[in-house]
Amino acid sequence: MSRIAPCAARAREQERGLLIPYLVAGDPDFATTLALMRELVARGADMIELGIPFSDPSSDGPVIQRGVERALAGGATLAGVLELARRFRDQDGRTPVILMGYLNPIEIMGYGEFTAGCARAGVDGVLVVDMPPAEAGDLPALLAGQGIDRIFLVSPTTTPGRAREIIEYTSGYLYYVSLKGVTGAALEDRESVAGNIAGLRKLTDLPIIIGFGIRDEETALAMNALGDGVIIGSALVEKIEQLPPEATGHPEAIGEAAELIGKVRRALDHDGKRVS
Amino acid sequence: MHEPAPELRREFSGPDESGHFGPYGGAFVGETLVRAVAELAEAYASLSAKPEFWREFDADLADYVGRPSPLYLAERLGEAWGGARIWLKREDLNHTGAHKINNTIGQALLAKHMGKTRLIAETGAGQHGVASATVAARMGLECHVYMGAEDIVRQAPNVYRMKLLGARVIAVESGSRTLKDAMNEALRDWATHVDDTYYIIGTVAGPHPYPRMVRDFQSVIGREARRQFLERTGVLPDALVACVGGGSNAIGLFHPFLGDSDVAMYGVEAAGRGLDTPDHAAPLCAGRPGVLHGNRTYLMTDEHGQILDTHSVSAGLDYPGVGPEHAWLKDLERVRYVGATDRETLEAFHQLTRLEGIIPALESSHALAWAGRLAAKMKSGQNLLVNLSGRGDKDIEAVARLEGADFGTV
Repeated sequence: MSRIAPCAARAREQERGLLIPYLVAGDPDFATTLALMRELVARGADMIELGIPFSDPSSDGPVIQRGVERALAGGATLAGVLELARRFRDQDGRTPVILMGYLNPIEIMGYGEFTAGCARAGVDGVLVVDMPPAEAGDLPALLAGQGIDRIFLVSPTTTPGRAREIIEYTSGYLYYVSLKGVTGAALEDRESVAGNIAGLRKLTDLPIIIGFGIRDEETALAMNALGDGVIIGSALVEKIEQLPPEATGHPEAIGEAAELIGKVRRALDHDGKRVS
Repeated sequence: MHEPAPELRREFSGPDESGHFGPYGGAFVGETLVRAVAELAEAYASLSAKPEFWREFDADLADYVGRPSPLYLAERLGEAWGGARIWLKREDLNHTGAHKINNTIGQALLAKHMGKTRLIAETGAGQHGVASATVAARMGLECHVYMGAEDIVRQAPNVYRMKLLGARVIAVESGSRTLKDAMNEALRDWATHVDDTYYIIGTVAGPHPYPRMVRDFQSVIGREARRQFLERTGVLPDALVACVGGGSNAIGLFHPFLGDSDVAMYGVEAAGRGLDTPDHAAPLCAGRPGVLHGNRTYLMTDEHGQILDTHSVSAGLDYPGVGPEHAWLKDLERVRYVGATDRETLEAFHQLTRLEGIIPALESSHALAWAGRLAAKMKSGQNLLVNLSGRGDKDIEAVARLEGADFGTV
């Protein structure tokens, strides 16, 4: 069964915002990603979104595109990502792992094999960026059969009618895209986020996690105040880009990259709703 | 005199309401674009139901593009090949030199009716970029064209043409730096400027409604050709041949003939250095179904689902996917999809140039290369209709370079 709901329930009980880092699996190699995942958890990540590298990431900005190119240059494949998730799960039985990617690698592997692989690896949720619910075929049912959550995106352009439809397909958490654009863009229209989240609250009790454009303590605090937590992707991938070669031999460098999440964790906890 | 096209069998009448051709097509886009794509589908459905819209479209095609394009009997080429009589549908004589303008005229009208002020487009060979920049200039709209950095080098004259027309050309440095990456970048732009931007996709691929809409605009080719052919000969052609990259000129020619079950159809993909090598751009001949750029279709993809780099002598065919309707027509076996290599293509390029005084685009030369092989096997008196989708002026520098000729000296 998915670890996402218990994790979100714990956070709600403790009145703390969920903090979910995103990183590209295999950027620049799987050993580094594994070391980073453990370090991110140690510094306060509640869950981890693991990006499946795809040659044509048309919803991603330049930072994540470069991360994907590094991962593919290092030979990353979907089978390798599942193996990475399994190795992480061997060491950490508690932290939810969500796979996020594009449909083609999953389509070529086959929905059945992919779902079985996720179940074996202890993956808790799957988010396919270019697969709206209407085009999802039997993938949601297969994932549900293994107790794996189906995460979908809601964006500023989503109409209320459509949000209702998406929510019906969604489990685990709802991913709210904070801006019109690609990952790593600048967060401009914060007021519209507040209004849209308020609208979504009327439609669902699912945790609403906000992503895109969140890159530091300030943006994380502002967005966490509106939702149940934040996702930080491009800002972390930018730090990973700075890692020295053979980074696993430099634990201090890995720690430094992951410290972005440590800083945001402290900011969120300090700002805990209990405190305010 | 005008025999109306027979009614289409149900399986050829796609797409369904949600944009599917059998298992292909659909609208696989990120959530930010879902509404934009749905609004476009609604706008097109409502406008395309109005005769005034098509009157406006037809008037533009007549007065601005110069339609109908001629149907030309290439007698010397037919003699050289032996066998069938060869007819060319002269899309190369359109304004801007290719079939691409048929589509941009239609989409620009749609953009105008939707109140969009900013056009974006992707381009490979530059023909669609030029056709987009052209309609933008005519309508006073802002135009941004994404083009792979690699293609910018290969197609320098078209880059300058777009700039002259007032468009901004943006070099795409990511991925393989060709057409597919330009399309990724255009999708990113669209998601970022979704409120005021109209994305003119240049082929019958992308999310619904593009494959249907672009087909409808390009079908003027086949409707004209069918009428012209009947007027000239009293019969229908025995076979149609067109090149297939994304497949817009091919579907434009084929679609009005789909119900004519005696008309054979051949779509010619870029076989590059050979279909048995990795260096080609022939997803229908040598790929498999997957999902890219908003639709499910045949793709050049590896066993891990990564999109493969493609190779073709012509930038316009250098694309790893193909329109979903072609994928469906392949599975239905209504159209046969074949390949022409770079070498065969260059031979055909020279043949048409020397025998008929027409310099064809390298894209269209793929269709000619296959047509030559087919014609030789056909009986004299049979008729073969080839879509000459574009003129080759843009390619002469590339041909000179490929053949080690000294460009610009006598």
